[in-house]
Amino acid sequence: MSELINRSALELAAGLKAGEFSSVEVTQAHLDRIHATEADFGSFITVTDDLALETAKAVDAERSAGGDVHALAGVPVALKDLVVTEGVRTTAGSKMLENWVPPYESTVHNKVKAAGLPVLGKTNLDEFAMGSTTEHSAFGTTRNPWNLEHVPGGSSGGAAAALAGFQAPLSVGTDTGGSVRQPAAFTGTVGVKPTYGSISRFGIIAMASSLDQVGPMGRNVADAAALHELLAGHDPLDSTSLPDPVAGFVSAAQTSDLGGKKLGVIKQLRGEGYQDGVRDAFSAALDVAAAAGAEIVEVDCPSISYALDAYYLIMPSEVSSNLARYDGMRYGLRVEPESGPVTAETVMAATRAAGFGNEVKRRIILGTYALSAGYYDAYYGSAQKIRTLVQNDFAKAFASCDVLVSPTAPTTALKFGAEAASDPMALYLGDVATIPANLAGIPGLSLPAGLADGLPVGFQILAPAREDVKLYEVAGPLEAALEASGTRVLDTLAEGLTTK
Amino acid sequence: MTESSAITPEQVEHLASLSRIAMGEDELKSLAGDLSTILSNVARVNEVAGDDVPATSHPIALSNVLRPDVVGETLTSEQALASAPASADDKFLVPQILGEE
Repeated sequence: MSELINRSALELAAGLKAGEFSSVEVTQAHLDRIHATEADFGSFITVTDDLALETAKAVDAERSAGGDVHALAGVPVALKDLVVTEGVRTTAGSKMLENWVPPYESTVHNKVKAAGLPVLGKTNLDEFAMGSTTEHSAFGTTRNPWNLEHVPGGSSGGAAAALAGFQAPLSVGTDTGGSVRQPAAFTGTVGVKPTYGSISRFGIIAMASSLDQVGPMGRNVADAAALHELLAGHDPLDSTSLPDPVAGFVSAAQTSDLGGKKLGVIKQLRGEGYQDGVRDAFSAALDVAAAAGAEIVEVDCPSISYALDAYYLIMPSEVSSNLARYDGMRYGLRVEPESGPVTAETVMAATRAAGFGNEVKRRIILGTYALSAGYYDAYYGSAQKIRTLVQNDFAKAFASCDVLVSPTAPTTALKFGAEAASDPMALYLGDVATIPANLAGIPGLSLPAGLADGLPVGFQILAPAREDVKLYEVAGPLEAALEASGTRVLDTLAEGLTTK
Repeated sequence: MTESSAITPEQVEHLASLSRIAMGEDELKSLAGDLSTILSNVARVNEVAGDDVPATSHPIALSNVLRPDVVGETLTSEQALASAPASADDKFLVPQILGEE
C-alpha cells in the first residue's frame, strides 16, 4: 500500500504545494488502490482513470508553470453517482439510467473541475439515494472496509467505503435523511450535511427536494471542512442555494479549544433502541468533551419523536413527484410491454416497472397515496405541521446551547441480510437521529467516537441553520481531544490494511 | 390504525396505475402489506399538531429569488436528443399518445 494514500487531503495538498510529489503520483496511487481493492469493497460504479489522470497532469503543469492554483488542486475526489457529470455516465444506482450520459454539467462537478481536483470515479449508492445500506443499488454490493460482512451504510455507502478503504481522500455524498452522516458513522469517517441550500443542487439528481443537500465527506474534520468550503456558495442555477458568505470552516476545524462550548444532549436520541456499545461510546465521547472544557447539558426536543413519521410521508410524497420524470420518453430506459397495445401509457408503465427497484416503487406508491385526494390533509399536511414543531424545538434548544449532540445512528453497521433488511419499518428506524436535521434544514456532522464490537460509532453534532461554522468549531477540537484520549478509529483500520 | 383502513391490493393497483408502474398480483399483494405496516406506524402524525400550527413546506424561507431576464445558454436539440430512446426529424419520437389512430 502506497504511503501516499494514507495521507489526509490537507496533507496531500501541502505536499503538492511543496513539490514533494505530483498530482499524477497521488492520483495514480489512489487508482492503483481502487483497482487492487474494488473486488472487496465495490465502492464505485464507474472508475474514471483517464479523466482523473488528465486533470492531474494539467494541474501539475499549471503548478510547475507557477500558476495560481486552488488549495486543493491535485487532490483526488470521488463523486456519488447522483452527481451529474457531463460526458461521464451517471446512473443514480438505477437501471433506469444505466446508460445515461448527461448532456450538461452539475455545479458541484464544475466547481471540482475548476479547482483542479482529479475525479477518481462515481461511487455506488442505493437507487436514487433511497436506502440506508447501499443494498438497493442496481450495480452490485458495496462492503464495509471494516468488515466485509457488514454494510457500509447508505445511501452514500460507496462514498464512505471509498474513504474508509483508502481509495479516495475526499468524497462528495448527498443527505436527504442521513445519507451522508450514517455511512460516515458506519465507516469511521466524517460526513457533513450542510444547512439546506449551502451547496448548489443544480445537477444533483433529485430525490426529495425540500430535504436534499450535498454533503462533503473526508477522513477527518478539517478535510471535510475544506471540501465544504470548495463546494458551498450561491449558484444562480439553484434558487434554493443560499447567498451566505463561505469562509472559516477549515480554520474553525483546526482550532483546539472546546472551553466554554455548550453541548446539548438531545434527551429523545439516546435511550431506548440504541445498541449498548453505541451508548457507551457516545457517553465516553461526552466525558472526553467535558474533560476538554465543554459544558454538557440535556435538552428536550419532544417533537423529534414524530420526526421519523413525518419524514416517511414528506419524503415519499416528494419522491413520487420527482421521479415522474422517468417516463421512457426523452432519456433513460424505454421498455415496451410484452403484450397488449403499445401506447405512451403502457410504455411508461412497462419502463417504470423494469427500471425501478422495489424500494423505489414502494416509496412512489406510498407518496402517491399520501398525496391523493382525501388523504392529503391527514398525511402530507399533518407531516408538514410536525416539521414546524421540530423547527421550533430546535430553535428553543439552540437558545440554551451552542450545538446539539447525539449518536449518529442507533446501531453500528448491520450485517448483510440482517433481519431488519426485510422489514422496511425496522430499517427506517435507523434514520431516527439524522432525519430531524433534514426536516428543519439545519446542518449536521458525524465524526467517529470510537468502536463498539470492532465497528465504528458515529457522534452527531447539529448546529443552527446557516451557522455551519459551529459544527467545525466543536467537531475539530473534539476530534483532537478524542485522539489525545486514545480513541483511535481510522488509524486502527489503516494499520490493518497496511499489513494486508 | 383500524383494520378497515388497511391498504388492499385493489387500492395499490389504483395507485400503481396513477404512478404508471405495471405490477403483477404478487407485487400488489406484498406492497399492500408493506403500505399497511408503514401507514399504521406513521398515522399518528395527525394527532400531534393542531390547527394553530402552520405547515412548513420549505426549511429555509427565501422569497423573491429572481435572476436577470436575459437569455442564457441552453442545450442544442442535438444534445437534448443524444440520450433519447428514439428520435426523428429533430424531435423526440414517442409511442402513440391518443386513443385512436
